[in-house]
Amino acid sequence: MDQIVENYFNLAVMAEALPSVFAGFLVTIQVALCVIVIGIGVGLALALLRSLENPVLDPMITIYIEVFRTLPQLVIMIFVYFALPYAGIRLSPFFAVAIALGAVLSAFAAEIFWAAINALPKGQWEASSALSMSHWQCLKWIILPQAVRLATPLITNRAIAITKGTALGVAVSLQETLGSAQSIMAIKANPSPLTLAAGFYLLFFIPLVAASRKIEKRMAQTTS
Amino acid sequence: MELFLQNFANIDSLLKVWPLLLQGLSLTLLLSVVALPLGLLSGLMVAMAYSFGNSPVRRLIIMLIDLLRSFPVLVLLVLIYYSLPFFGLALPGFAAVVLALVINNTGYYGEIFRAGIESVPRSQHEAAAALGFHRGSAMIYVILPQAVRRVIAPLASNSLELVKMTSLASLVALPELLRSARVAQEQTYNPTPLTAAAVIFFVLLWPFSRWVSQMEKKAIKERA
Repeated sequence: MDQIVENYFNLAVMAEALPSVFAGFLVTIQVALCVIVIGIGVGLALALLRSLENPVLDPMITIYIEVFRTLPQLVIMIFVYFALPYAGIRLSPFFAVAIALGAVLSAFAAEIFWAAINALPKGQWEASSALSMSHWQCLKWIILPQAVRLATPLITNRAIAITKGTALGVAVSLQETLGSAQSIMAIKANPSPLTLAAGFYLLFFIPLVAASRKIEKRMAQTTS
Repeated sequence: MELFLQNFANIDSLLKVWPLLLQGLSLTLLLSVVALPLGLLSGLMVAMAYSFGNSPVRRLIIMLIDLLRSFPVLVLLVLIYYSLPFFGLALPGFAAVVLALVINNTGYYGEIFRAGIESVPRSQHEAAAALGFHRGSAMIYVILPQAVRRVIAPLASNSLELVKMTSLASLVALPELLRSARVAQEQTYNPTPLTAAAVIFFVLLWPFSRWVSQMEKKAIKERA
């Protein structure tokens, strides 16, 4: 028992680690926000572009979605950070993580938005055009409000799952929560900073997971 | 263009590192084959405990599931791999990765099975009881077969995520596919091995990814 306290809850070590783990936590939050904004923004844009049914754009969007839905996040991140420089594209660890995870989330979001748009009855489009609405007017006023509602629980779950991947930033030496904790753990030869890091992650993600549970429950009630 | 191909699709360096990549691939498959059934099983146990438990037990299980779902899997892996040795409990890389994947996915699978079991109407339990089934055998023969059918899509989707997660093993120096590609890249000063690993991952996972996506679309359509 003493050994557990000594190793995992060593207050002296934790106090020393706190400033840099907290700084790392702020980086985690910043990357997470970038990932969510890029992911949902690009995802929605791709779904809307797809609704135009353009024969040139469609295959390109499909390939983008399939590639980023299928490849593991870490593979994409490593590729962006370690392989793209050979093509003259050098990104900081921060942007490498934000873009890699943003691309993954955008692919899932595009697919979910597109499925939701398609799930609505065709009659809604026909009724809108009978009311002489344009394609975009129909999307904006009729289709999207319903599609977004349908997509919300699935997108929230994906967004949370992918945002947790920010911890993978250690692989490209991003000094976020886990990375900062790991370097202090190495210096102090004591894993208490990891406990601290775990605490920060839980602080951030437990409310999100609890919220997604609520959203799911409410959706289940209103649709059944 | 030539320079691009030389960097990203260099046949010479690909031939040199091919055996290394194949070894990596076999370890990726082995990790998946070991962790997947264990994760499914422990998720199912948690869901069973929920459905047979009284209300304090249920609340506790929901808390456990949300805790597991809030914990980034890499943080878990680092805790297991780098901090347990402080207690003289040094797990080999393979075991540490399997343990982290199983614990993490217990939360995801547990929630999926739980939701599936909950979605089976009360009357099914009552009908089984009226036919003289014990609670346990009613669960196995009546409830579970229906529950699993209802959550096939999320189960498949999560299993795909689990296989993708095996790439995290590269961060604890386990030579699975991604790690082998990184090692090969450093030997050849050329990102072709990384491209090759990405292509292998894509070819391996894409059929499942397509299948999951079809099932998810169907699920969205049913809700609309």
